[in-house]
Amino acid sequence: MSAAWEPVIGLEVHVQLGTASKMFSPVPYRFGEEPNTLIDPVVWALPGSLPVINEEAVAKTVQLGLLLGCEIAPVCKWDRKNYFYPDSPKNYQISQYDQPVCRHGSVEIELAGPSRAEMGPHREVRLTRIHLEEDVGKLTHYGKDSGVDYNRAGTPLVEIVTEPDLHSAEEAYAFLTCLRRMLVHAGLSDCDMEKGQLRCDANISLRPAGSGKLGTKVELKNLNSISGVRDGIAHEIRRQQRELERGNALRQETRRWDAEKGQTREMRGKEEAHDYRYFPDPDLLPVRISEAWKAELAATLPERPFDRQRRYLERLGLPYSTATVLIGEREVADFFEACLTEGGDPVIAGNLVANDLLRERRGSLAELPIGPAEVAELAGLLAHRTIAHATARELLAEIVQTGGSPSALVRERGLEQRSDTGELEALCREAIENSPKAVAQYREGNAKAINAVKGQVMKATGGKADPQVVNQLLEKLLAD
Amino acid sequence: MTALHTCTAGDLGTLLDRGEVGSLEITEHLLARLEACEPRIRAFLSWEGEDARARARASDERRRRGESRGPLEGVPVALKDIVAVEGQPLGCASRILEGFRSPYTATAVRRLEEAGAVVFGRLNMDEFAMGSSTENSGYHPTANPWDNRRVPGGSSGGSAAAVAAGEAPIALGSDTGGSIRQPAAFCGTVGLKPTYGRISRYGLVAFASSLDQIGPLARSVEDVALFLDATCGHDPRDSTSLPGGPPAWAGRLAPPEGPLRLGVPREFFGEGLAPEVREAVEKALRFYEQAGHSVEEVDLPHAEYGVAVYYIVATAEASSNLARFDGIRYGQRAPGAEDGIDLYYRTREEGFGPEVVRRILLGTYVLSSGYYDAYYLRAQKVRTLVQRDFEEVFARVDALVSPTTPTVAFREGDKIDDPLAMYLNDIYTIPANLAGLPALSVPCGFSPEGMPIGLQLMGPVLAEERLLQLARQFEEGHDFRGQVAPVETGEGRSS
Repeated sequence: MSAAWEPVIGLEVHVQLGTASKMFSPVPYRFGEEPNTLIDPVVWALPGSLPVINEEAVAKTVQLGLLLGCEIAPVCKWDRKNYFYPDSPKNYQISQYDQPVCRHGSVEIELAGPSRAEMGPHREVRLTRIHLEEDVGKLTHYGKDSGVDYNRAGTPLVEIVTEPDLHSAEEAYAFLTCLRRMLVHAGLSDCDMEKGQLRCDANISLRPAGSGKLGTKVELKNLNSISGVRDGIAHEIRRQQRELERGNALRQETRRWDAEKGQTREMRGKEEAHDYRYFPDPDLLPVRISEAWKAELAATLPERPFDRQRRYLERLGLPYSTATVLIGEREVADFFEACLTEGGDPVIAGNLVANDLLRERRGSLAELPIGPAEVAELAGLLAHRTIAHATARELLAEIVQTGGSPSALVRERGLEQRSDTGELEALCREAIENSPKAVAQYREGNAKAINAVKGQVMKATGGKADPQVVNQLLEKLLAD
Repeated sequence: MTALHTCTAGDLGTLLDRGEVGSLEITEHLLARLEACEPRIRAFLSWEGEDARARARASDERRRRGESRGPLEGVPVALKDIVAVEGQPLGCASRILEGFRSPYTATAVRRLEEAGAVVFGRLNMDEFAMGSSTENSGYHPTANPWDNRRVPGGSSGGSAAAVAAGEAPIALGSDTGGSIRQPAAFCGTVGLKPTYGRISRYGLVAFASSLDQIGPLARSVEDVALFLDATCGHDPRDSTSLPGGPPAWAGRLAPPEGPLRLGVPREFFGEGLAPEVREAVEKALRFYEQAGHSVEEVDLPHAEYGVAVYYIVATAEASSNLARFDGIRYGQRAPGAEDGIDLYYRTREEGFGPEVVRRILLGTYVLSSGYYDAYYLRAQKVRTLVQRDFEEVFARVDALVSPTTPTVAFREGDKIDDPLAMYLNDIYTIPANLAGLPALSVPCGFSPEGMPIGLQLMGPVLAEERLLQLARQFEEGHDFRGQVAPVETGEGRSS
């Protein structure tokens, strides 16, 4: 990106809420079912059918608003967005026009740091609004024919609209990643983009750096994956820049990202913009969102992922990379915190969970025979230097498979770490004798050469020697 | 025994309770009456005799087992072609729904079934309830049983004609701007539009959602009450349905306790009111005065804007409500379409009649960007003013008395080419829809040409009981109750 142009990006993100039934009917929604099986008179828009609001969907939208610091409307209403398209069974979509559930608020994002081990800068991306609406069906084209599947139609959908607050493809990527983590953590949606549970459109314009005015905006659609969002936006920024630098004016239009070809293509111009003839839906009453209801909904919300990250870094003293892995999934973070409740040392337990447990995990943590108590116990054994880290890792891998108590296994198998200096000293002397080359290098000032000697001692003890003790002994013997 | 087709539902209930007649016998008799009348009246679009007989047999069986479901057990109730009944045609008299059968049943119909009624038939109407003469049916017009050259009114013209001709004791209708009361007045029957939200709209094909209400047409006030007792009450499937359980008005039809204050809206007696209608209504007012009620003139200053507001709000909602009829999922689909959009154009162009097209265009226009504020928004504001007029008036009086229509039933073809003249037919009925108020029409006389005249009673929200009592009091003082039009039946199979 040339310094001469500043991209200005706003996103419209659609997220399917994970509710037991659809937005206006008692039918459930599941991905991948036989077409047109998840329907009823309401979804099918049969004559005479009427919508009834799904309170759970409103509750989840309010919770999302509370998480993102939005103003929650005391009363929100429902409007009809009228347009003819076969994916919309009523040929209007029930949406919210001028009284959305949420206004303002923001999403905290983290940009890439100087390295994986270091935290990048955080900032808030402001939101314009979040409203609740219903999803449409899905069209499939076969040659000259088209099929339409209304299974998805009527699924609760929130539309999250940002201010034009993002300035690069990376920021857009970070925004989506952070937003998705927040939604998944709070149990509001699974946000699986492959299943269409999270979809994103971007409004992109360029302006001369330092200018306060916005340039001509292009709406970019079909950004089907989080990396698609990054690549599509990056490509569109370059395209606009090329045009501007050639002295061409941009036109306001809608373009489609083609991930396979790696290019954006025109879909429609501004003159084809719809007149949606919004008006209040006479079939639905406005919904009141009382302070009491908000308080009740707030009480069940989890801590925000970045609030946890800060707590882990500042209060628990975890390394950045560990903290970041732990907050990646709510289940993992909750598991980690349960380890602390069981008395585990935060740094040791954090390391066991973030590195060892996650490597061994298949599926959900809750299904494993290992629980926070066992991990805390392992952490305790490590903290008291009863076992070596390698032993802890092996035990963990075993308990993940078959269950069992770490302390009992250590006792049964005699896995206690050896820190008996008498016995270790003999082994160390033997190792020194067997490694003249390494010893010579060490004495010449290559401190790392000692590791080869240490390796022999560890091998001889079957990994059960306390590495710190071995280190001290070797240093002492070699200094003599 | 009097001929069964002249019996009211209340009378039939008594006969059934005494075991003097069975539901199957009543149903057979009415089907025969229907066969005899239909060549002239054409109130029905279709009926399924076997289904009706099966329902009647099931009712007789329940009675034999001592499991009667109440006063409507075994009583036939005919249905306007606008409510869904599982397995039966649902067409709103429109070609666009030709051949469509509903896979589900409307709440109001389900409640009639649960009350034991033998629901049957698909009654003619103006297409999608848009009209005041039933001439806008996509199939055929319906004749007024009192004079076959005249219209029965609309849009529930089939319902009113069937009841007046003795083809059914009660018919279900729907009222968006007068579609129950105006045909009731034209055909000499009782018709009531309940308070908005009293009867669930689930399964009622929407014309204008904020105005539509289901209601009964019948030959007695008691029958109207029986229908309401069975169908009113909250329905979780309709968000606009009012809270509360079913009423029990049929047993509380004694004259209102103490004298009531009756208001006469000055605006409803102006230009355009036919002298014979004025005379009949004034006579009715004298009756009420003699019965001890007080009568005073009141003002509804915004009522004159009612028709204008109605044709903005109703058409706006209709333009959106009727968008679903696109040939994609059900109903008729025009052949030969080149693509999806072309399919819409052809299906809707072929499927909708001219009045429906006119209203969809009007409604689309008033919602369009740039016109919304000037039309739709302003209409909603005036609607609020109309509501306030009523609130102020009902602070002073208990009910309003007026003509139901400016004239008696007009001749077929008289107004069909003049939409505005047709629209003005509903000038006295529309305000109650705009304000969501209960209103009924009860027969109050005949014109010199022998056409029935209707008296409209309007009350504050939820005042159905008061209106029923006032209407019953009027009915008891006159002999319009149970009147059946003298239909010339084809072969005299029924009389």
